Amino acid sequence: MANSPMKERPLSPHLSIYKPMLTMMMSIVHRITGAGLYFGMALFVGWLFSVAQSQSCFDIVQGFIGSWFGRLVLLGFTWALVHHALGGLRHLLWDTGRGFDLVKIEWLARANIAASVVLTLLIWIAAYAAR
Amino acid sequence: MSMRTPLGKVRGLGSAKSGTGHFWHQRMTAIANIPLLIFLVGFCVSMAGADRAGIVDAVSNPLVALMLVFTIISVTWHMRLGMQVIIEDYVHGEGSKLICLLGNTFFSLAVALTGLFAVLKISFGG
Repeated sequence: MANSPMKERPLSPHLSIYKPMLTMMMSIVHRITGAGLYFGMALFVGWLFSVAQSQSCFDIVQGFIGSWFGRLVLLGFTWALVHHALGGLRHLLWDTGRGFDLVKIEWLARANIAASVVLTLLIWIAAYAAR
Repeated sequence: MSMRTPLGKVRGLGSAKSGTGHFWHQRMTAIANIPLLIFLVGFCVSMAGADRAGIVDAVSNPLVALMLVFTIISVTWHMRLGMQVIIEDYVHGEGSKLICLLGNTFFSLAVALTGLFAVLKISFGG
């Protein structure tokens, strides 16, 4: 890389000098929810495995899920899933080259947040109604 | 000193020798995940408050079992790709990066195979 033209290019300034913007926070949250879902999926598979394992094993896992802490984890899991899925849809739209102007990009970010909260609530209402 | 231009170096499959493979698989599994997760949320909602026998009964249905198999494969594939990007962004030491990337693959595979085994065992008769 001795004579590379890359060497002279300016480095991008450090993140901390920026005022937090909505689209920037959405990008960060997309990554955090993705990482959370990574471990959430292990939880789901653990639940499936407990069903396959035995009644006593299932009772332990179900006891955790049924507790207030378990429900809180599950609520966070649901919201992260919906938020990440909607964020993914935005990324797929951007992949087609659309939705990049400032008005649309801001609108998409707000719609993503609103829809993720509304859909999470609807899923939980449906779950409690199904019981 | 290399006589090759920067563009020439990344043409074809590029420096990582995998081309756009990572990007393409990420998008492919993302698209597959949309219908699969709608199914998964519906499945979990319908399983709310169910006892073990009820869940075994539901997963015994071959269609439900097959959809769970599809979902587990697509989701674990997607999550491995995503975590790989996170590791490559934040872990800079070559040794620790290698260990993290290996751990990522092992973890994702373990989740996938545990899930698949559980679904098949339940579906084939507990």
